[in-house]
Amino acid sequence: MSEVKKATRDGFGDEIVELGKKDNDIYVVDVDIGKSCKTGQFRAELPEQYLNVGIAEQNAAGVAAGLATCGKIPFVVTYAVFGSLRMCEMIRQEICYPKLNVKIACSHGGVTPANDGASHQSIEDMGVLRTIPNMTVIMPADYYAARKLVKAAAEFDGPVYLRFTRDAVPVIYDENAEFEIGKANKLREGSDVSIIANGDTVSIALKAAQELAAQGVEAKVFDMHTIKPLDKDAVMECIRDTGKIITVEDHNIMNGLGSAVSEIAAEEGNTVVRRIGIQDQFGQSAPYERLLAINGITVEHIVETAKKLAGK
Amino acid sequence: MKNTTVKELRRQCIELKKKVIHMIYKAQSGHPGGSLSAADFVTALYFREMNVDPKNPRWEDRDRFVLSKGHVCPIQYAALAARGFFDESVLETLRKEDSILQGHPDMKKCPGIDISTGSLGQGLACGVGMGIAAKKDKKDYRVFVVVGDGECQEGEIWEAAQTANKYQLDNLIVFVDNNNLQLDGITDEVMPNLNLGKKFEVFGFETYNIDGHDMQQIVDTLDRIRMTKNGKPKCIFANTVKGKGISYMENECGWHGVAPNDEQYAQAMKELDEQLASCG
Repeated sequence: MSEVKKATRDGFGDEIVELGKKDNDIYVVDVDIGKSCKTGQFRAELPEQYLNVGIAEQNAAGVAAGLATCGKIPFVVTYAVFGSLRMCEMIRQEICYPKLNVKIACSHGGVTPANDGASHQSIEDMGVLRTIPNMTVIMPADYYAARKLVKAAAEFDGPVYLRFTRDAVPVIYDENAEFEIGKANKLREGSDVSIIANGDTVSIALKAAQELAAQGVEAKVFDMHTIKPLDKDAVMECIRDTGKIITVEDHNIMNGLGSAVSEIAAEEGNTVVRRIGIQDQFGQSAPYERLLAINGITVEHIVETAKKLAGK
Repeated sequence: MKNTTVKELRRQCIELKKKVIHMIYKAQSGHPGGSLSAADFVTALYFREMNVDPKNPRWEDRDRFVLSKGHVCPIQYAALAARGFFDESVLETLRKEDSILQGHPDMKKCPGIDISTGSLGQGLACGVGMGIAAKKDKKDYRVFVVVGDGECQEGEIWEAAQTANKYQLDNLIVFVDNNNLQLDGITDEVMPNLNLGKKFEVFGFETYNIDGHDMQQIVDTLDRIRMTKNGKPKCIFANTVKGKGISYMENECGWHGVAPNDEQYAQAMKELDEQLASCG
């Protein structure tokens, strides 16, 4: 894993320009936070495919739905907390129920808007949206994953929620890495314990796996970038090969990745799952790493949990 | 656009009202009051103004119709059936399991529905999106949106209205069905709308204040609007009576979402038949 860091919102900003140039049906619908969501280049280069509907997220969802009925592929771009909860019922009624081809692309996922405090940190979004029928929910792990998954979302016909980081996160893939919506990427093989992570916690999970290896514990690591539809085969592989799963996410431990994995594990039986993530509590203004640490989303905590699970 | 006469439209409107009462009676569920207040202009749209093709409901260049107050879909279903989008017998299945006629309009199930609605306040934004798409694609189709006066208490209506102004959507026509009643009572008591027509004007709309049951005025207003391409979205502020045409339903907020019983059904059909007879 390289030490280069880039925010995944930049991956979105770069990819959406490329996509928009190739397909003039691709639109960006901004709500006055385009600068921090990285749509500036799209706005400058593709003004005919760019809308800014002001600080009015609910309206943005409706406008996007209307555009989609006329064959456009709109990306509503905002912060995760607004693009999920503020627009929630509009997403349900006007986008998911009629299964329209609208993408919700959100920066500031999880606790990455650290210094902004609890109002801007988004810890419930993926869980809330995964309970709406017809919705696909994705969080890429790094810059290249973001680019590939944005492209995959544009090519997919239906509603997709994409969640990016405000802060820079380590680059773990290269430009040749392949991604498929709903198919987890196996980053490491191991037979003692499995770690399933997504988004900004994938690099933390990988570091923990390296540390575990040094201590004689082999961890299988999956990047579960899509939590809906969840890659059941990947979870089944973890159940079969290790019977012990740790989930790691920058999201409330309720209803997100950990819950989704646990649902399958519970139905299949004979597997222990430990969920690492936000401990059902609001954040505060603090450095990003501190907020992760307060919730136990650290290499050390993953290592400790894995060793206990593996009995080593 | 069809050259239907005002006289024919008046007759058609009563026919549609009969279908509305019949389907709600059959379903023993649905919203008669608002369906009847919106009946006249919905008739004018489907039988004169809008370019739609029942044989090709997804025709790209069709005019769009957004029933933002989706609960009054019986009037739209009646119009769609009468225009041949589906067989009239389908009206008997309103609100029944597996019916294309859901309790609120479903674009994936029912031909002729351009957007699914039902949760109030959301249709105007969708109409704005369609209007923007028409402008971007340099197409001439127009978007007709029906909102209720009570519905305008929803904030998203005004978010959408300001967007219509920004993008100069002179292809967007909003009908406000101003029937002065909502589920819990008189609109002015539940939440005063103040001068609702003026509000649309302040938001940049060219506003026309009309009697929503005067077919001649409806047609004249639509004729006038068709000619003006001035960058301004249009608002037809239609003053209406909830339950219009059925004596015991008129201005009674209790008839917002209740189906008639056998006796009430017979009475309603009798009254509508009399109106048909007297309109020649």
